[in-house]
Amino acid sequence: MTRSARRFSLKEEGAKGVLIATVSTVVVLGLIAYLAVSSPYWSEFKDQFLNRQVFAESFPEILHAFRRNIFYFLTAEPVILGFALLLAVMRSSRGPVFFPLRLLSTIYVDLFRGIPTVLVVFALGFGVPALRIPGLPVDGWFWGWVALILSYSAYVAEVYRAGIESVHPSQAAASRALGLTRWQSLRSVVIPQAVRRVVPPLMNDFISLQKDTALIAFVSAFSVEAFLRAQRVSAGDFNFTPFVGAAICFLIITIPMTRFTDWLLERQRRRRMAGGAL
Amino acid sequence: MSEAIRLEGVHKSFDGLEVLKGIDLALDEHEVVCLIGASGSGKSTLLRCINLLERVDAGRIWVHGEDITAHGVDQNAIRRRVGIVFQAFNLFPHMTVLRNVSLAPMKVLRHPREAAEANARELLARFGLADKAEDYPDRLSGGQQQRVAIVRALAMDPDVLLLDEITSALDPELVAEVLDVIRELAGQGMTMVIATHEMHFARDVSNRVCFLDGGRILEEGPPDRMFSDPTNERTKRFLDRIIAAGRM
Repeated sequence: MTRSARRFSLKEEGAKGVLIATVSTVVVLGLIAYLAVSSPYWSEFKDQFLNRQVFAESFPEILHAFRRNIFYFLTAEPVILGFALLLAVMRSSRGPVFFPLRLLSTIYVDLFRGIPTVLVVFALGFGVPALRIPGLPVDGWFWGWVALILSYSAYVAEVYRAGIESVHPSQAAASRALGLTRWQSLRSVVIPQAVRRVVPPLMNDFISLQKDTALIAFVSAFSVEAFLRAQRVSAGDFNFTPFVGAAICFLIITIPMTRFTDWLLERQRRRRMAGGAL
Repeated sequence: MSEAIRLEGVHKSFDGLEVLKGIDLALDEHEVVCLIGASGSGKSTLLRCINLLERVDAGRIWVHGEDITAHGVDQNAIRRRVGIVFQAFNLFPHMTVLRNVSLAPMKVLRHPREAAEANARELLARFGLADKAEDYPDRLSGGQQQRVAIVRALAMDPDVLLLDEITSALDPELVAEVLDVIRELAGQGMTMVIATHEMHFARDVSNRVCFLDGGRILEEGPPDRMFSDPTNERTKRFLDRIIAAGRM
Protein backbone atom coordinates (compact mmCIF):
# COMPACT_ATOMS: atom_id res chain seq x y z
CA MET A 1 0.00 0.00 0.00
CA THR A 2 1.31 3.44 -0.79
CA ARG A 3 1.54 6.01 1.90
CA SER A 4 -1.33 8.10 0.54
CA ALA A 5 -3.54 5.05 0.31
CA ARG A 6 -2.84 4.20 3.92
CA ARG A 7 -3.66 7.70 5.00
CA PHE A 8 -6.91 7.53 3.10
CA SER A 9 -7.96 4.30 4.77
CA LEU A 10 -7.19 5.79 8.20
CA LYS A 11 -9.37 8.75 7.41
CA GLU A 12 -12.11 6.42 6.32
CA GLU A 13 -11.87 4.59 9.62
CA GLY A 14 -12.14 7.94 11.45
CA ALA A 15 -15.30 8.82 9.57
CA LYS A 16 -16.69 5.40 10.34
CA GLY A 17 -15.93 5.98 14.02
CA VAL A 18 -17.83 9.25 14.08
CA LEU A 19 -20.77 7.58 12.35
CA ILE A 20 -20.87 4.72 14.86
CA ALA A 21 -20.65 7.13 17.80
CA THR A 22 -23.48 9.25 16.41
CA VAL A 23 -25.77 6.35 15.71
CA SER A 24 -25.21 4.68 19.08
CA THR A 25 -25.72 7.98 20.91
CA VAL A 26 -28.97 8.68 19.10
CA VAL A 27 -30.19 5.14 19.79
CA VAL A 28 -29.33 5.17 23.50
CA LEU A 29 -30.59 8.69 24.21
CA GLY A 30 -33.65 8.08 22.05
CA LEU A 31 -34.47 4.94 23.98
CA ILE A 32 -34.14 6.71 27.34
CA ALA A 33 -36.27 9.61 26.11
CA TYR A 34 -38.88 7.22 24.74
CA LEU A 35 -39.09 5.31 28.03
CA ALA A 36 -39.42 8.56 29.97
CA VAL A 37 -42.04 10.09 27.72
CA SER A 38 -44.10 6.92 27.40
CA SER A 39 -44.21 6.40 31.17
CA PRO A 40 -47.68 6.99 32.72
CA TYR A 41 -46.23 9.69 34.99
CA TRP A 42 -44.62 11.69 32.22
CA SER A 43 -47.29 14.36 31.84
CA GLU A 44 -47.47 14.84 35.60
CA PHE A 45 -43.68 15.13 35.78
CA LYS A 46 -43.60 17.55 32.91
CA ASP A 47 -46.22 19.72 34.55
CA GLN A 48 -44.44 19.70 37.91
CA PHE A 49 -40.84 20.15 36.80
CA LEU A 50 -40.82 21.42 33.26
CA ASN A 51 -43.75 23.79 33.31
CA ARG A 52 -43.03 26.31 30.62
CA GLN A 53 -45.25 29.00 32.03
CA VAL A 54 -43.92 28.72 35.58
CA PHE A 55 -40.41 28.72 34.20
CA ALA A 56 -40.96 31.85 32.16
CA GLU A 57 -42.41 33.62 35.17
CA SER A 58 -39.87 32.50 37.75
CA PHE A 59 -36.58 32.22 35.92
CA PRO A 60 -35.79 35.95 35.61
CA GLU A 61 -36.14 36.55 39.34
CA ILE A 62 -34.16 33.39 40.16
CA LEU A 63 -31.43 34.49 37.81
CA HIS A 64 -31.50 37.85 39.49
CA ALA A 65 -31.19 36.21 42.93
CA PHE A 66 -28.34 34.10 41.59
CA ARG A 67 -26.21 37.23 41.51
CA ARG A 68 -26.20 36.87 45.28
CA ASN A 69 -24.59 33.39 44.92
CA ILE A 70 -21.97 34.80 42.62
CA PHE A 71 -21.27 37.52 45.16
CA TYR A 72 -20.86 34.93 47.97
CA PHE A 73 -18.58 32.86 45.81
CA LEU A 74 -16.40 35.66 44.49
CA THR A 75 -15.89 37.22 47.91
CA ALA A 76 -15.33 33.95 49.79
CA GLU A 77 -12.84 32.56 47.31
CA PRO A 78 -9.94 35.03 47.79
CA VAL A 79 -10.31 34.80 51.57
CA ILE A 80 -10.20 31.00 51.37
CA LEU A 81 -7.13 31.05 49.12
CA GLY A 82 -5.24 33.26 51.53
CA PHE A 83 -6.34 31.63 54.78
CA ALA A 84 -5.76 28.10 53.45
CA LEU A 85 -2.26 28.98 52.29
CA LEU A 86 -1.52 30.31 55.77
CA LEU A 87 -2.78 27.03 57.27
CA ALA A 88 -0.71 24.95 54.84
CA VAL A 89 2.45 26.95 55.50
CA MET A 90 1.89 26.64 59.25
CA ARG A 91 1.51 22.92 58.88
CA SER A 92 4.59 22.59 56.68
CA SER A 93 6.77 24.50 59.13
CA ARG A 94 9.74 22.69 60.63
CA GLY A 95 11.46 22.74 63.96
CA PRO A 96 10.31 22.54 67.58
CA VAL A 97 9.69 26.30 67.87
CA PHE A 98 6.85 26.05 65.38
CA PHE A 99 5.25 23.01 66.96
CA PRO A 100 2.28 25.03 68.29
CA LEU A 101 1.60 26.34 64.77
CA ARG A 102 1.69 22.86 63.30
CA LEU A 103 -0.57 21.59 66.06
CA LEU A 104 -3.09 24.40 65.65
CA SER A 105 -3.22 24.00 61.89
CA THR A 106 -3.60 20.22 62.15
CA ILE A 107 -6.42 20.47 64.67
CA TYR A 108 -8.16 23.09 62.57
CA VAL A 109 -7.99 21.07 59.38
CA ASP A 110 -9.03 17.83 61.10
CA LEU A 111 -11.98 19.56 62.69
CA PHE A 112 -13.39 21.46 59.74
CA ARG A 113 -12.72 18.73 57.23
CA GLY A 114 -14.52 16.28 59.46
CA ILE A 115 -17.69 18.32 60.03
CA PRO A 116 -20.36 18.52 57.31
CA THR A 117 -20.36 21.98 55.77
CA VAL A 118 -24.12 22.30 56.24
CA LEU A 119 -23.64 21.78 59.97
CA VAL A 120 -21.08 24.58 60.18
CA VAL A 121 -23.38 26.85 58.18
CA PHE A 122 -26.28 26.16 60.55
CA ALA A 123 -24.18 26.45 63.69
CA LEU A 124 -22.72 29.80 62.73
CA GLY A 125 -25.65 31.19 60.77
CA PHE A 126 -28.13 30.63 63.58
CA GLY A 127 -25.78 30.39 66.52
CA VAL A 128 -23.67 33.51 66.33
CA PRO A 129 -26.52 35.99 65.77
CA ALA A 130 -28.34 34.33 68.69
CA LEU A 131 -25.42 35.18 70.98
CA ARG A 132 -26.12 38.87 70.39
CA ILE A 133 -22.51 39.84 70.96
CA PRO A 134 -22.26 43.60 70.55
CA GLY A 135 -20.25 44.64 67.53
CA LEU A 136 -20.68 41.42 65.59
CA PRO A 137 -22.92 41.32 62.52
CA VAL A 138 -26.28 39.66 63.14
CA ASP A 139 -27.07 38.80 59.51
CA GLY A 140 -27.48 35.09 58.98
CA TRP A 141 -26.03 35.26 55.47
CA PHE A 142 -22.81 36.81 56.78
CA TRP A 143 -22.21 33.94 59.20
CA GLY A 144 -23.17 31.39 56.59
CA TRP A 145 -20.60 33.01 54.34
CA VAL A 146 -18.02 32.83 57.16
CA ALA A 147 -18.93 29.18 57.69
CA LEU A 148 -18.23 28.39 54.03
CA ILE A 149 -14.85 30.10 54.34
CA LEU A 150 -13.95 28.19 57.50
CA SER A 151 -15.02 24.88 56.04
CA TYR A 152 -13.48 25.26 52.59
CA SER A 153 -10.21 26.64 53.93
CA ALA A 154 -9.61 23.27 55.57
CA TYR A 155 -10.02 21.43 52.26
CA VAL A 156 -7.98 23.92 50.29
CA ALA A 157 -5.21 23.88 52.94
CA GLU A 158 -4.83 20.16 52.36
CA VAL A 159 -4.61 20.67 48.62
CA TYR A 160 -1.91 23.28 49.13
CA ARG A 161 -0.05 21.02 51.53
CA ALA A 162 -0.04 18.17 49.03
CA GLY A 163 1.38 20.61 46.49
CA ILE A 164 4.09 21.84 48.85
CA GLU A 165 5.10 18.29 49.66
CA SER A 166 5.20 17.35 45.97
CA VAL A 167 8.02 19.84 45.31
CA HIS A 168 11.24 17.85 45.42
CA PRO A 169 13.38 18.54 48.52
CA SER A 170 16.35 19.28 46.25
CA GLN A 171 14.59 22.51 45.28
CA ALA A 172 14.54 23.68 48.88
CA ALA A 173 18.13 22.45 49.31
CA ALA A 174 19.27 24.43 46.25
CA SER A 175 17.69 27.63 47.50
CA ARG A 176 18.90 27.15 51.06
CA ALA A 177 22.39 26.47 49.72
CA LEU A 178 22.32 29.92 48.13
CA GLY A 179 21.71 31.45 51.55
CA LEU A 180 17.96 31.99 51.29
CA THR A 181 16.17 31.68 54.63
CA ARG A 182 13.58 28.95 55.08
CA TRP A 183 10.82 31.49 54.59
CA GLN A 184 12.40 33.01 51.46
CA SER A 185 12.90 29.55 50.04
CA LEU A 186 9.27 28.66 50.71
CA ARG A 187 7.99 31.91 49.28
CA SER A 188 10.12 32.20 46.14
CA VAL A 189 10.87 28.60 45.24
CA VAL A 190 8.53 26.06 46.85
CA ILE A 191 5.12 27.77 47.00
CA PRO A 192 5.11 29.06 43.40
CA GLN A 193 5.82 25.54 42.12
CA ALA A 194 3.32 24.01 44.53
CA VAL A 195 0.53 26.39 43.55
CA ARG A 196 1.02 25.74 39.82
CA ARG A 197 0.65 22.05 40.43
CA VAL A 198 -2.53 22.26 42.50
CA VAL A 199 -4.52 24.61 40.29
CA PRO A 200 -6.71 21.79 38.86
CA PRO A 201 -7.64 20.26 42.26
CA LEU A 202 -8.24 23.77 43.59
CA MET A 203 -10.66 24.34 40.72
CA ASN A 204 -12.61 21.29 41.83
CA ASP A 205 -12.97 22.77 45.29
CA PHE A 206 -14.17 26.04 43.78
CA ILE A 207 -16.83 24.23 41.83
CA SER A 208 -18.05 22.66 45.06
CA LEU A 209 -17.97 26.03 46.80
CA GLN A 210 -19.96 27.57 44.00
CA LYS A 211 -22.70 24.98 44.59
CA ASP A 212 -22.53 25.20 48.36
CA THR A 213 -23.35 28.90 48.35
CA ALA A 214 -26.93 27.58 48.19
CA LEU A 215 -26.53 26.44 51.81
CA ILE A 216 -26.69 30.07 52.89
CA ALA A 217 -30.38 29.94 51.94
CA PHE A 218 -31.01 28.03 55.17
CA VAL A 219 -29.72 30.74 57.47
CA SER A 220 -30.76 33.92 55.73
CA ALA A 221 -34.35 34.96 55.32
CA PHE A 222 -33.60 38.41 53.99
CA SER A 223 -30.66 38.07 51.66
CA VAL A 224 -32.38 35.94 49.04
CA GLU A 225 -30.15 33.88 46.77
CA ALA A 226 -31.19 31.65 43.87
CA PHE A 227 -32.13 28.51 45.79
CA LEU A 228 -34.20 30.37 48.40
CA ARG A 229 -35.92 32.34 45.66
CA ALA A 230 -36.74 29.11 43.83
CA GLN A 231 -38.03 27.59 47.04
CA ARG A 232 -40.35 30.50 47.66
CA VAL A 233 -41.72 30.57 44.14
CA SER A 234 -42.17 26.84 44.26
CA ALA A 235 -44.03 27.00 47.55
CA GLY A 236 -46.33 29.66 46.13
CA ASP A 237 -47.11 27.83 42.89
CA PHE A 238 -47.06 24.26 44.20
CA ASN A 239 -44.68 23.56 41.35
CA PHE A 240 -41.06 22.37 41.23
CA THR A 241 -40.06 24.02 37.97
CA PRO A 242 -38.32 26.91 39.80
CA PHE A 243 -35.83 24.39 41.17
CA VAL A 244 -34.94 23.40 37.63
CA GLY A 245 -34.44 27.09 36.95
CA ALA A 246 -32.10 27.41 39.91
CA ALA A 247 -30.25 24.26 38.82
CA ILE A 248 -29.71 25.81 35.39
CA CYS A 249 -28.21 28.91 37.04
CA PHE A 250 -25.64 26.78 38.85
CA LEU A 251 -24.89 24.68 35.79
CA ILE A 252 -24.18 27.78 33.71
CA ILE A 253 -21.20 28.36 35.98
CA THR A 254 -20.13 24.87 37.03
CA ILE A 255 -20.07 23.11 33.65
CA PRO A 256 -17.68 25.57 32.00
CA MET A 257 -15.54 25.47 35.15
CA THR A 258 -15.43 21.68 35.02
CA ARG A 259 -14.43 21.67 31.35
CA PHE A 260 -11.78 24.29 32.09
CA THR A 261 -10.41 22.11 34.90
CA ASP A 262 -10.28 19.12 32.56
CA TRP A 263 -8.40 21.23 30.06
CA LEU A 264 -5.91 22.37 32.70
CA LEU A 265 -5.33 18.78 33.84
CA GLU A 266 -4.83 17.61 30.29
CA ARG A 267 -2.38 20.41 29.61
CA GLN A 268 -0.46 19.54 32.78
CA ARG A 269 -0.37 15.87 31.80
CA ARG A 270 0.92 16.70 28.33
CA ARG A 271 3.66 18.87 29.77
CA ARG A 272 4.70 16.16 32.19
CA MET A 273 4.86 13.69 29.33
CA ALA A 274 7.01 16.12 27.38
CA GLY A 275 9.37 16.23 30.35
CA GLY A 276 8.76 19.91 30.91
CA ALA A 277 8.53 21.60 34.25
CA LEU A 278 5.22 22.67 35.66
CA MET B 1 48.52 31.80 51.95
CA SER B 2 45.58 31.79 54.25
CA GLU B 3 43.49 28.79 55.00
CA ALA B 4 40.12 28.56 53.24
CA ILE B 5 38.66 25.43 54.78
CA ARG B 6 39.67 23.15 57.63
CA LEU B 7 37.87 19.98 58.70
CA GLU B 8 38.79 18.08 61.84
CA GLY B 9 37.39 14.70 62.81
CA VAL B 10 34.13 15.14 60.92
CA HIS B 11 31.63 12.36 61.56
CA LYS B 12 28.19 11.99 60.02
CA SER B 13 25.63 9.18 60.26
CA PHE B 14 22.26 8.66 58.65
CA ASP B 15 19.91 6.43 60.61
CA GLY B 16 22.79 4.62 62.30
CA LEU B 17 24.77 4.22 59.07
CA GLU B 18 28.08 6.01 59.50
CA VAL B 19 28.89 7.78 56.23
CA LEU B 20 31.79 9.93 57.41
CA LYS B 21 34.14 8.37 59.94
CA GLY B 22 36.50 11.13 60.93
CA ILE B 23 37.50 13.37 58.04
CA ASP B 24 40.48 15.70 58.38
CA LEU B 25 41.11 18.05 55.49
CA ALA B 26 42.59 21.51 55.02
CA LEU B 27 42.50 23.71 51.95
CA ASP B 28 44.41 26.89 51.28
CA GLU B 29 42.87 29.76 49.40
CA HIS B 30 43.00 29.27 45.62
CA GLU B 31 43.54 25.56 46.09
CA VAL B 32 41.56 23.01 44.11
CA VAL B 33 41.03 19.65 45.78
CA CYS B 34 39.36 16.72 44.05
CA LEU B 35 37.60 14.03 46.01
CA ILE B 36 37.61 10.68 44.25
CA GLY B 37 36.24 7.36 45.36
CA ALA B 38 33.43 4.95 44.69
CA SER B 39 29.78 5.98 44.99
CA GLY B 40 28.79 5.84 48.62
CA SER B 41 32.28 6.62 49.88
CA GLY B 42 30.99 9.86 51.44
CA LYS B 43 32.06 12.49 48.89
CA SER B 44 28.65 14.14 48.56
CA THR B 45 27.95 14.04 52.28
CA LEU B 46 31.29 15.69 52.95
CA LEU B 47 30.46 18.55 50.60
CA ARG B 48 26.96 18.92 52.04
CA CYS B 49 28.47 19.20 55.52
CA ILE B 50 30.76 22.04 54.43
CA ASN B 51 27.70 23.89 53.09
CA LEU B 52 25.69 23.06 56.25
CA LEU B 53 23.05 21.25 54.24
CA GLU B 54 23.89 18.44 56.67
CA ARG B 55 24.84 18.92 60.31
CA VAL B 56 27.94 17.10 61.43
CA ASP B 57 27.52 14.67 64.33
CA ALA B 58 31.03 15.26 65.62
CA GLY B 59 34.10 17.22 64.56
CA ARG B 60 34.51 20.80 63.48
CA ILE B 61 34.67 22.74 60.22
CA TRP B 62 36.19 26.17 59.75
CA VAL B 63 35.66 28.44 56.75
CA HIS B 64 38.22 31.23 56.63
CA GLY B 65 38.89 30.75 60.30
CA GLU B 66 35.23 30.81 61.38
CA ASP B 67 33.96 27.71 63.13
CA ILE B 68 30.78 26.98 61.16
CA THR B 69 29.90 23.99 63.31
CA ALA B 70 29.73 26.15 66.45
CA HIS B 71 26.41 26.53 68.19
CA GLY B 72 24.30 29.49 67.10
CA VAL B 73 26.26 30.21 63.93
CA ASP B 74 24.35 32.05 61.21
CA GLN B 75 23.86 29.25 58.69
CA ASN B 76 22.62 31.56 55.96
CA ALA B 77 25.67 33.78 56.31
CA ILE B 78 27.93 30.73 55.89
CA ARG B 79 26.03 29.49 52.86
CA ARG B 80 26.41 32.89 51.21
CA ARG B 81 30.17 32.33 51.28
CA VAL B 82 30.20 28.64 50.36
CA GLY B 83 28.59 27.91 47.01
CA ILE B 84 27.53 24.42 45.98
CA VAL B 85 26.60 22.97 42.60
CA PHE B 86 24.64 19.73 42.50
CA GLN B 87 24.71 16.69 40.28
CA ALA B 88 21.09 17.23 39.20
CA PHE B 89 21.50 21.02 38.62
CA ASN B 90 18.44 21.80 40.77
CA LEU B 91 17.59 24.93 38.81
CA PHE B 92 14.27 26.54 39.70
CA PRO B 93 12.00 25.39 36.85
CA HIS B 94 9.43 28.17 37.28
CA MET B 95 11.95 30.97 36.79
CA THR B 96 13.90 32.19 33.79
CA VAL B 97 17.64 31.65 33.72
CA LEU B 98 18.12 35.32 34.57
CA ARG B 99 15.82 35.02 37.58
CA ASN B 100 17.53 31.81 38.70
CA VAL B 101 20.83 33.63 38.79
CA SER B 102 19.65 36.94 40.26
CA LEU B 103 17.25 35.59 42.90
CA ALA B 104 19.75 34.98 45.70
CA PRO B 105 21.73 38.21 45.19
CA MET B 106 18.44 40.10 45.44
CA LYS B 107 16.92 38.19 48.34
CA VAL B 108 20.03 37.40 50.35
CA LEU B 109 22.50 40.16 49.52
CA ARG B 110 19.69 42.70 49.08
CA HIS B 111 21.10 43.95 45.80
CA PRO B 112 18.66 46.08 43.83
CA ARG B 113 17.08 44.26 40.91
CA GLU B 114 18.88 46.25 38.22
CA ALA B 115 22.29 45.60 39.75
CA ALA B 116 21.58 41.91 40.36
CA GLU B 117 20.30 41.40 36.83
CA ALA B 118 23.15 43.33 35.25
CA ASN B 119 25.63 41.21 37.18
CA ALA B 120 23.75 38.04 36.23
CA ARG B 121 23.80 38.97 32.53
CA GLU B 122 27.49 39.70 32.73
CA LEU B 123 28.21 36.33 34.32
CA LEU B 124 25.97 34.51 31.84
CA ALA B 125 27.77 36.21 28.97
CA ARG B 126 31.11 35.18 30.41
CA PHE B 127 30.08 31.55 30.25
CA GLY B 128 28.50 31.71 26.81
CA LEU B 129 24.92 31.82 28.06
CA ALA B 130 23.99 35.41 27.20
CA ASP B 131 21.25 34.37 24.77
CA LYS B 132 19.65 32.02 27.32
CA ALA B 133 18.85 34.67 29.94
CA GLU B 134 15.13 34.81 29.17
CA ASP B 135 14.65 31.06 28.66
CA TYR B 136 13.23 28.65 31.19
CA PRO B 137 15.56 25.85 32.33
CA ASP B 138 13.62 23.10 30.55
CA ARG B 139 14.52 24.70 27.22
CA LEU B 140 18.23 24.22 27.88
CA SER B 141 20.48 21.21 27.34
CA GLY B 142 21.89 19.45 30.40
CA GLY B 143 25.27 21.06 29.86
CA GLN B 144 23.73 24.51 29.60
CA GLN B 145 21.62 23.91 32.70
CA GLN B 146 24.66 22.88 34.69
CA ARG B 147 26.55 25.95 33.51
CA VAL B 148 23.63 28.09 34.64
CA ALA B 149 23.76 26.34 38.01
CA ILE B 150 27.46 27.21 38.27
CA VAL B 151 26.73 30.82 37.31
CA ARG B 152 23.95 30.89 39.91
CA ALA B 153 26.44 29.87 42.59
CA LEU B 154 29.04 32.36 41.32
CA ALA B 155 26.53 35.21 41.41
CA MET B 156 26.78 35.09 45.21
CA ASP B 157 30.51 35.73 44.87
CA PRO B 158 31.40 32.82 47.17
CA ASP B 159 34.78 32.36 48.83
CA VAL B 160 34.64 28.64 48.17
CA LEU B 161 32.84 26.56 45.56
CA LEU B 162 31.80 22.96 46.18
CA LEU B 163 31.04 20.82 43.13
CA ASP B 164 29.14 17.60 43.73
CA GLU B 165 29.66 15.29 40.74
CA ILE B 166 28.43 18.00 38.45
CA THR B 167 28.97 16.02 35.24
CA SER B 168 27.52 12.68 36.37
CA ALA B 169 24.03 13.42 35.09
CA LEU B 170 25.22 14.70 31.71
CA ASP B 171 25.39 12.97 28.35
CA PRO B 172 29.05 12.30 27.53
CA GLU B 173 29.20 14.89 24.75
CA LEU B 174 28.07 17.62 27.16
CA VAL B 175 30.69 16.95 29.84
CA ALA B 176 33.49 18.96 28.24
CA GLU B 177 31.67 22.30 28.14
CA VAL B 178 31.01 22.09 31.88
CA LEU B 179 34.53 21.00 32.78
CA ASP B 180 35.94 23.87 30.71
CA VAL B 181 34.05 26.28 32.94
CA ILE B 182 35.60 24.72 36.03
CA ARG B 183 39.08 24.85 34.50
CA GLU B 184 38.56 28.53 33.83
CA LEU B 185 37.48 29.12 37.43
CA ALA B 186 40.49 27.20 38.70
CA GLY B 187 42.71 29.35 36.51
CA GLN B 188 41.19 32.46 38.08
CA GLY B 189 42.07 31.18 41.53
CA MET B 190 38.66 30.03 42.79
CA THR B 191 39.00 27.78 45.82
CA MET B 192 37.15 24.57 45.04
CA VAL B 193 36.38 21.16 46.46
CA ILE B 194 35.30 18.88 43.64
CA ALA B 195 33.75 15.45 43.99
CA THR B 196 34.18 13.78 40.63
CA HIS B 197 34.42 10.56 38.66
CA GLU B 198 36.28 12.30 35.81
CA MET B 199 39.83 11.23 36.54
CA HIS B 200 41.44 13.05 33.62
CA PHE B 201 39.81 16.21 34.77
CA ALA B 202 40.78 15.61 38.41
CA ARG B 203 44.34 15.09 37.31
CA ASP B 204 44.72 18.27 35.33
CA VAL B 205 42.60 20.69 37.35
CA SER B 206 43.47 19.91 40.95
CA ASN B 207 46.38 20.72 43.23
CA ARG B 208 45.56 17.75 45.37
CA VAL B 209 43.53 14.57 45.11
CA CYS B 210 41.92 12.82 48.08
CA PHE B 211 40.80 9.22 47.81
CA LEU B 212 37.74 8.54 49.96
CA ASP B 213 36.80 5.04 50.93
CA GLY B 214 34.23 3.98 53.51
CA GLY B 215 33.93 7.46 54.99
CA ARG B 216 37.65 8.07 55.44
CA ILE B 217 40.34 9.82 53.41
CA LEU B 218 42.62 6.86 52.77
CA GLU B 219 45.22 8.67 50.74
CA GLU B 220 45.87 12.17 49.49
CA GLY B 221 48.57 13.80 47.45
CA PRO B 222 49.44 15.72 44.32
CA PRO B 223 47.48 14.41 41.32
CA ASP B 224 50.48 13.13 39.37
CA ARG B 225 51.66 10.96 42.20
CA MET B 226 48.15 9.83 43.18
CA PHE B 227 47.33 8.61 39.70
CA SER B 228 50.72 7.23 38.66
CA ASP B 229 52.02 5.89 41.93
CA PRO B 230 49.35 5.42 44.59
CA THR B 231 50.72 3.88 47.76
CA ASN B 232 47.52 2.63 49.34
CA GLU B 233 46.36 -0.79 48.16
CA ARG B 234 42.70 0.29 47.98
CA THR B 235 43.54 3.41 45.96
CA LYS B 236 45.40 1.20 43.50
CA ARG B 237 42.46 -1.15 43.17
CA PHE B 238 40.02 1.73 42.72
CA LEU B 239 42.15 3.31 39.99
CA ASP B 240 42.65 -0.07 38.30
CA ARG B 241 38.89 -0.52 38.16
CA ILE B 242 38.46 2.97 36.72
CA ILE B 243 41.06 2.27 34.06
CA ALA B 244 39.46 -1.08 33.27
CA ALA B 245 36.13 0.69 32.87
CA GLY B 246 37.75 2.95 30.29
CA ARG B 247 37.18 6.14 32.28
CA MET B 248 40.83 7.11 32.26
